[in-house]
Amino acid sequence: MDWGAIFNNAAVELISPTTAAYALAALGLAVHFGYTGLLNFGQAGFMALGAYGYAISILTFGFPVWGAFLVGIGASIVFALILGIPTLRLRADYLAIVTIAAAEIVRLLFTTNTFASVTGSANGLSGYKTEFAALNPLAEGSYGFGPFENNAYDTWLRIVAWSIVILAALFVWQVMRSPWGRVIKGIREDEDAVRALGKNVYAYKMQSLILGGVFGTIAGMIFALPRAVVPSNYQTTLTFFIYAILLLGGAATVLGPIIGSMIFWVLLSFFSGFISRAVEAGWLPFMTTIQGGQLRFILVGVAIMLIVIFRPQGVFGNKKELAFVR
Amino acid sequence: MQPTDTAQRYIPRLLAILFVTLLAALSMATFSAGNAHADEVGTEYDFTIAGNVQFDGEPQGDVAIAVAGNGYEADTVTDADGRWAIGVPEKGSYEVTLDEESLPEGVVVAEGANVIDAEFGLTDRKSVNFFLGEGTRNTVSFFDQFLNRFVNGLNFGLLLALAAIGLSLIFGTTGLSNFAHAEMITFGALMTLVFSVQLGLPIWLAIVIAIALSGALGWGLDAVIWKPLRRRGVALIPLMIVSIGLSLALRYLYQYFFGGSTSQLPGAGQTDLKFGPISLSPIDLVSMGISVIVLLGVAYFLLRTRIGKATRAVSDNPSLASASGIDVDNVIRIVWVTGAALAGLSGVLWAYFRPGVSWDMGFQMLLLVFAAVTLGGLGTAFGALIGSIIVGLFVELSTLWLPSDMKYVGALVVLILVLLLRPQGIMGRKERIG
Repeated sequence: MDWGAIFNNAAVELISPTTAAYALAALGLAVHFGYTGLLNFGQAGFMALGAYGYAISILTFGFPVWGAFLVGIGASIVFALILGIPTLRLRADYLAIVTIAAAEIVRLLFTTNTFASVTGSANGLSGYKTEFAALNPLAEGSYGFGPFENNAYDTWLRIVAWSIVILAALFVWQVMRSPWGRVIKGIREDEDAVRALGKNVYAYKMQSLILGGVFGTIAGMIFALPRAVVPSNYQTTLTFFIYAILLLGGAATVLGPIIGSMIFWVLLSFFSGFISRAVEAGWLPFMTTIQGGQLRFILVGVAIMLIVIFRPQGVFGNKKELAFVR
Repeated sequence: MQPTDTAQRYIPRLLAILFVTLLAALSMATFSAGNAHADEVGTEYDFTIAGNVQFDGEPQGDVAIAVAGNGYEADTVTDADGRWAIGVPEKGSYEVTLDEESLPEGVVVAEGANVIDAEFGLTDRKSVNFFLGEGTRNTVSFFDQFLNRFVNGLNFGLLLALAAIGLSLIFGTTGLSNFAHAEMITFGALMTLVFSVQLGLPIWLAIVIAIALSGALGWGLDAVIWKPLRRRGVALIPLMIVSIGLSLALRYLYQYFFGGSTSQLPGAGQTDLKFGPISLSPIDLVSMGISVIVLLGVAYFLLRTRIGKATRAVSDNPSLASASGIDVDNVIRIVWVTGAALAGLSGVLWAYFRPGVSWDMGFQMLLLVFAAVTLGGLGTAFGALIGSIIVGLFVELSTLWLPSDMKYVGALVVLILVLLLRPQGIMGRKERIG
């Protein structure tokens, strides 16, 4: 049993761009679900719009990086408006069903062969990284130490990704202490009371939906940069994983989504490394390596159930600040 | 979600390469048997583009093939073995076109796939193969196509309704949007597979056992998870998230035990019977019959029996129902068992409709079930029936205009539009939407 490699692979996940992307998407969801009480099950759709918006702008239209970035954000704002207008006046579970349906529509539109020349259909897109790599100020070579040693591109990507996450976290922290944030939290606790104070609840909810959605979109771009954009990555399961991270860290917290994402990915990597090596070593004769891969998804599902039932505030949350007190 | 994308991306390409190599090897073998081409064009050139037109293992003769490019044009027809070859003057890229008109009745090339760009690799011979499928090439009138799709959509809508009514009853009585309903659908199909194929029981018995086990699963889920959570007073949104976790856990549990492949139930893929323009397999007919009978049974249960009336009373107002002496827990238990059994039956029929049993088949259908329930009005049993039939018809009929890989998009767009115009659904009452 090569414990060194298992721990090393798990440590790599601690600051990997994927962890950053999930953290940012979960932070967006914290704005939606934790602070405002909006049940958005379409975060995967926002991420897909970010990834495709960025990739298509660069590959098809030849935009610069900042232009592609703005296209992705614009797409997500339009998407949030489309989602919000019919549903924000309705009960929470309607928003859940509509967002999950809309995210699937987005994914199916990116998967269909009809637009294959632009979206690459089921094979997705790749080859959009050069523009981002060209902005890299770091010289060639390797940076960091131990499991955190990377080449110049990967280091640059990690710096950008985590800077965005930190900025977003600071922004959420500040904005939730502002008058705007107090109204948002008030909507979560008692919508009618806030309405009675003369606040336009609908507009506040819409702003929250857009803000969290934009976070999801930027997360989608970060998620796309170390790999290719493939539509099957943006299934509903992705949203559920982000919920698992959010609930793990604590829904109405700023640090919760970030630490939650780190815990989630380090544990997942550790667990899959451990299982696959244990199977190879013959410790688990009733299991194949593929089954080991599925076992961790089973555990994610069970973990979601257990957290919601036994520790609904998550690791960092405050029991008084529960999104779902009602 | 892990970065395995690069591997995935290359699999289709790899498969294509393997396929072409295999075909090339096969054709080499037949050539060495001394079988020359019947109609070879451009034999004076060194380079050859060749292929083999087959459908379902049957060679297709007299299919017209044309090659154009680099200022050169030639055409030929396939011989009795379905083979063709055209010599070309230089290594370069050519456009190979298959004339769809020359294909026999009922065989088509996928849309746009009758033109293939061929480019020579390292060898002097390039294999070009067209993928043929069964289908009608707009030789059927629009009305006949419409009728055929309509009946198919009705069939799909009815099996959707079986699942949707269960989901709607559970929502009505407990307030839970049960995402794990998808796994209850899959459960019915998987159990049928286990008892019919793996244990060799006759299919009707396997289906009966599967439905009974589905009902037992519903009872078990209520007893182990949902009833204790109701007792703890867990709110509706956490309950919904618990059901998502349960759905995820069960789905990958199925994959753990049954693998990621698709298997067929016995009797699937029978030849279609023709009723004028409508073609249906015997299974489709039986499926529609079963759906209608079961739905009528559910309607009778809800409207005429004591326990059915109690169910509707609980659905309307649990506290009032409880105060008037209805055992709410008992009603909810019955709703879970009925809902799960209906979902199991729906799963069996869905396995024949798709066709095939796979670990995530229920999840593929879940959103359509939710769309149907929301369209009809959350919590109303008959709304769910009407919503299902609308969704079923919409999914099938939309393929007349939309490409078939986008058929679910139409149904989901309709869901959003209905919420915009009539949020309470077709049968729902306005005060329910809160």
